[in-house]
Amino acid sequence: MADRTSERKQEWLISAPSMVWLTVLFLAPTLLVFAISFRPSTPFGGVGEGWTLQTIRELANPNYPAIIWRTVWLSLATTVICLGLAVPCAYFMARARARWKPVLLMLVIIPFWTNFLIRIFAWKVLLHPEGLVKKLLLAVGLVEPRDILMYNENAVLLVLVYSYLSFAILPIYAAAEKFDFSLLEAAMDLGATRLRAFLQVFLPGISRGLITAALVVFIPALGSYVIPDLMGGPSGEMIGNKIAQRVFVDRNLPHASALAAVLTLAVVVPMVAVIFLQRQKKPARAKEAGG
Amino acid sequence: MPSTMDTSIQIEGVTKRFGSFAAVDNVSASIARGEVFSLLGPSGCGKTTLLRMIAGFEQPDEGRILLDGEDITDLPPNRRKVNTIFQNYALFPHMTVRDNIGYGLKVAGRAGAEIRSEVDRMLDLIQMGDHAGKKPSQISGGQKQRVAIARALINKPRVLLLDEPLAALDLKLRQRMLIELDNIHDEVGITFLYVTHDQGEAMSLSDTIAVMNKGKIEQTGRPEQIYEAPRSSFVAAFIGDTNFFEGKVTAVLDDEYSRMTIEDLGEVLVFNDKRIQVGSPVHLSLRPEKFRISRESPPENGRTNRLEGVVEDIVYLGSHTRYWVNVKDYRIAVTQQHGRFLLDEKPVAWNDRVFVWWHADDGFMLEQYREDDEELLTSPGE
Repeated sequence: MADRTSERKQEWLISAPSMVWLTVLFLAPTLLVFAISFRPSTPFGGVGEGWTLQTIRELANPNYPAIIWRTVWLSLATTVICLGLAVPCAYFMARARARWKPVLLMLVIIPFWTNFLIRIFAWKVLLHPEGLVKKLLLAVGLVEPRDILMYNENAVLLVLVYSYLSFAILPIYAAAEKFDFSLLEAAMDLGATRLRAFLQVFLPGISRGLITAALVVFIPALGSYVIPDLMGGPSGEMIGNKIAQRVFVDRNLPHASALAAVLTLAVVVPMVAVIFLQRQKKPARAKEAGG
Repeated sequence: MPSTMDTSIQIEGVTKRFGSFAAVDNVSASIARGEVFSLLGPSGCGKTTLLRMIAGFEQPDEGRILLDGEDITDLPPNRRKVNTIFQNYALFPHMTVRDNIGYGLKVAGRAGAEIRSEVDRMLDLIQMGDHAGKKPSQISGGQKQRVAIARALINKPRVLLLDEPLAALDLKLRQRMLIELDNIHDEVGITFLYVTHDQGEAMSLSDTIAVMNKGKIEQTGRPEQIYEAPRSSFVAAFIGDTNFFEGKVTAVLDDEYSRMTIEDLGEVLVFNDKRIQVGSPVHLSLRPEKFRISRESPPENGRTNRLEGVVEDIVYLGSHTRYWVNVKDYRIAVTQQHGRFLLDEKPVAWNDRVFVWWHADDGFMLEQYREDDEELLTSPGE
């Protein structure tokens, strides 16, 4: 037991610097944002004295539910599509021959070498009414000349998926790489079809990677600002755009803070729930082991 | 060749190539129903590839595989009535022991209550009832092994394929599991196809052993046939240890014995059940434990051969001792149980002048000899 406690102490010592760093530069500002939500705004864009619930009441703006709904469903759709594309990618990367793996991994990472904004502008060029994609789709007859590919929810979704796909592939690949593929043979040996083995053995086997990928895509997607701003237009706005508007246009920091707080809660609550659920599973296992 | 009725698996001219390399090269074999048939060979000899083709994980490039007379060459693994024990057990880590064992029945769409009672029966057989709720990560290697066996047997396969099932266990556990496997085989009575590189496992478990080398089966036979009457230098050197002597037949005495001369060592009497002729070059294989060693001249009885040499090295190996005796240019490996077997009770020591002798019946003439196989032999200092 003595070893345990000294080990614990060491753990604390080692993690202290990063704890301090996160507290000062992350936790404190977040709490400040929460606090400012309860302050009155001043006409010149500052934060007034005293406390008020005025801003919270203003959140009942009839525009918000639609935007929040759109934010949530776009993020969910992005997550589902990214996972759906990432799982087969990761599967084939993990099963590829050893000398091909670094090449495939490189292909996933290469887009990061180009600035995020430039890549989004590239999509604007592609989807432009005179752009390559539009012309191609016209030639194949999939769109009408008057159809607009940009400035709608679908364009936002497309670019969200494009932007976050790599982030979904990497954790799933990491999990698939450690997956013992002889388990799939074992399942087929026991009578399972290829599909059944995939669903009942492979997916549970990479569940950690799937959870990580879902969080890594869903959370930043919820807070998207640049992508809907450039691709969405008024019909593709997300909550991130509203927060920016409140800061830069309305110069109403308390209102922006309140929106940001709602977004933060929307991210933190499900995350804590997931962690809590995983914690609950573990003690149950430990009990079985003891018996 | 046995009739289809008692043949469990028939392998007909099966070849599997990876690129230009033939992992399994035109192999034919016939495995009798209910026997333990071992594929024994060094790593890379093609034994696992052959097993994987029978399981359905690999497709042969040529040839057919028949199960109970039915061609299964093109069937996917999930439609073959065979089950596999994998080298690393391949238990599903996210399922409990109970769910692992019941998986095959669940896939087959059997009712929950039926699965439960069948799993209980298997848990009894492998004595793992107390561990049914555990995950594979919470049980030991030997227990995992038993779960893997139960998970395969519950499907009542016609053949159980075992791919180096004991390789991951330590020596003591391996010996225990070997006995357990033998008991399980007696109980279920189905055909076992056992792949291993460990001759001890193959010897103690098998009814029939097929020794594989470089994609081909070199010899098939009962364990004692393989050991006592190896056909090739590979089989002689891979199974156990041996000494090779090259020579020429000088006289065929009768149906059983011939004389041969070994260069520098002179003439020796050899047992011979093969049709050889005077003058033909032959290779003699003599296992180290067939020799006797002594300082005094051995008794003569007309059937023994003897050589005179000097002890070069002695290696104590616990259950026995290995002597390296130099006779002219030859270095002969001799194994004795212990050092105090001599009349004067003084053990043989380094540089002693000794006689080594053996009975003519204990030497074996090889039909096939390859120089490379000498590398498989133990030599001193290694």
